[in-house]
Amino acid sequence: MDQKPLCSATYFGDGATSEVCPTLFFYLVYSLELLFTDLSSWRAEVDEAPVFWQGDFHGAMNFAAVLEAPVLFICRNNGYAISTPAHEQFKGDGVVCKGQAYGVRSFRVDGNDALAVYATVKAARKMAVEESRPILIEALTYRVGHHSTSDDSGKYRKGDEMHHWKTMRDPVVRLRRWLEGEGWWDSDADQQLRAETRNEVIAAMQRAGPRMKQPLANLFTDVYDTIPSHLRQQEKELRSTVARHRQDYPFDVPL
Amino acid sequence: MGGRRASLPLVSRLCTSVKPRNNWVQKRSFITAKDLVVEEQPSGEEEKRAVTNKLNLFSAVNQALLTVLESDPKSYVFGEDVGFGGVFRCTTGLRDRFGKHRVFNTPLCEQAILGFGIGLASMGNRAIAEIQFADYIFPALDQIVNEAAKYRYRSGNLFNCGGLTVRAPYGAVGHGGHYHSQSPEAFFCHVPGIKVVIPRSPAQAKGLLLASIRDPNPVVFFEPKMLYRMAVEEVPVDDYTLPLSSAEVMRKGSDITLVGWGAQLTLMEQACDEASKEGISCELIDLRTLIPWDKELVEASVNKTGRLLVSHEAPLTGGFGAEIAASITESCFLRLEAPVSRVCGLDTPFPLVFEPFYMPTKNKILDAIKASVKF
Repeated sequence: MDQKPLCSATYFGDGATSEVCPTLFFYLVYSLELLFTDLSSWRAEVDEAPVFWQGDFHGAMNFAAVLEAPVLFICRNNGYAISTPAHEQFKGDGVVCKGQAYGVRSFRVDGNDALAVYATVKAARKMAVEESRPILIEALTYRVGHHSTSDDSGKYRKGDEMHHWKTMRDPVVRLRRWLEGEGWWDSDADQQLRAETRNEVIAAMQRAGPRMKQPLANLFTDVYDTIPSHLRQQEKELRSTVARHRQDYPFDVPL
Repeated sequence: MGGRRASLPLVSRLCTSVKPRNNWVQKRSFITAKDLVVEEQPSGEEEKRAVTNKLNLFSAVNQALLTVLESDPKSYVFGEDVGFGGVFRCTTGLRDRFGKHRVFNTPLCEQAILGFGIGLASMGNRAIAEIQFADYIFPALDQIVNEAAKYRYRSGNLFNCGGLTVRAPYGAVGHGGHYHSQSPEAFFCHVPGIKVVIPRSPAQAKGLLLASIRDPNPVVFFEPKMLYRMAVEEVPVDDYTLPLSSAEVMRKGSDITLVGWGAQLTLMEQACDEASKEGISCELIDLRTLIPWDKELVEASVNKTGRLLVSHEAPLTGGFGAEIAASITESCFLRLEAPVSRVCGLDTPFPLVFEPFYMPTKNKILDAIKASVKF
């Protein structure tokens, strides 16, 4: 088996978004560390775990530092949390300086520079694993799009600000230009990849579209590891209701 | 606010008076929201009350907040993204009108939003905190339970945070999934010291919110998000309150009593309509305040009809319907002709794709009405 040292990553999205993040992920990994002395091929999955100024963040940082856990805290600071800009979210020099207060070595990187982010995370991971310590990385970027389909960010920020970042600072364009400069990419390859990918996505959507959704039984599974009797009873009652009033229920959910 | 005051820390600017005892029961004269009047103002008081505007729920909430901010210089509205109007537009225009020191965004931390609000209220201000979705209220639960609810009690009434009102959108919206659909009212109904209020419509929302804000106790006010745009009603333009801890009989009946709150009442009304076609006369009650609830009115109704059905979106087990059922069974046992019926959400996390199956639908309610009547 592969002997890979264990390292876990917790990803905080959007600088200060509104979802609560438990650093459940950190606690999970830590407990796994205790259980598995053979730290082989187990790789932590990075899960998007947004939020920031919730108490969770402070608890997690402090625990990680005190318990000397090899955890990467990656913050993608994109300047906004829905309509709230960073300067209404915190004072002081962003996120990176907060790590120092917890005794966590912290880095700030240009989040729109793919190579810089890669290099930073690689170095941080090495440090975390070899020195058994948490590392905080703040990747600075800018949220070009709206927060969600229900959001119109023109209501709280200027069009030329968005335009600037979209055109002058786009990270994908930057990486592409660098690849082109190295002679590893060109516009023909770009067009071809775009066309292929588009077709792949469309094909996948066409396959998925007419598919039925999950069967009704899945409404009751995974609440617990096994289905307790009161849920079995509720399932029974629901099924008889559905039988009596089929028109109330979507037809793409198989019973 | 400019000049010297603006350079003071925010806390100093807000705490303009320090009073250990707060007297919230005060007579005030209120300015009506003149810019929202569409018809000519008649002269008499009663005629004035008759002037209404067709408003949806978020506009009615907006009007209530406008009224409070206009009439009380020590009232503040704050929360995530309230500055630009809020994700449901309830605070539209307020920051522009009253300024950033009265209507302001907070950092993303519900625990601190509540802690800050409790502190603000304890210093004699009206603190109107917005929690962006009721699903996010849980980090603030410790502040609500262990601070706000116990503030008056633990100080022997030397201090209180009665000026605190917490508003949060709750309930199913069709596509909200686990974290944008929850109805957490039952958690709060278990906490002595706070009040829980839930309006069913725009006119109810304005009156109940004004009453909640002015009530000398901390209030958690859940707004049915499904109704923000969908519900439209004639809402009086003037300043009015509706009484807390007072349920309302929406329709009289004689065969069965139905009790609900918020958006669920719309479905219950439809079920009542269909039941009446089959000769079943339903009495429908909007509880409005969940704690302290209007037990007397519900008891009187059940003593008349002999049957009770409670319906709510929140999961069945431990939902507030359980409390009503237990309480009415205790007080009306010999009068009951059938067990108390509860038509509620399932005991699962609120699902995404399976939402239509999870919800207590009109037909589920109707089936339960008929089962109760036939018991």
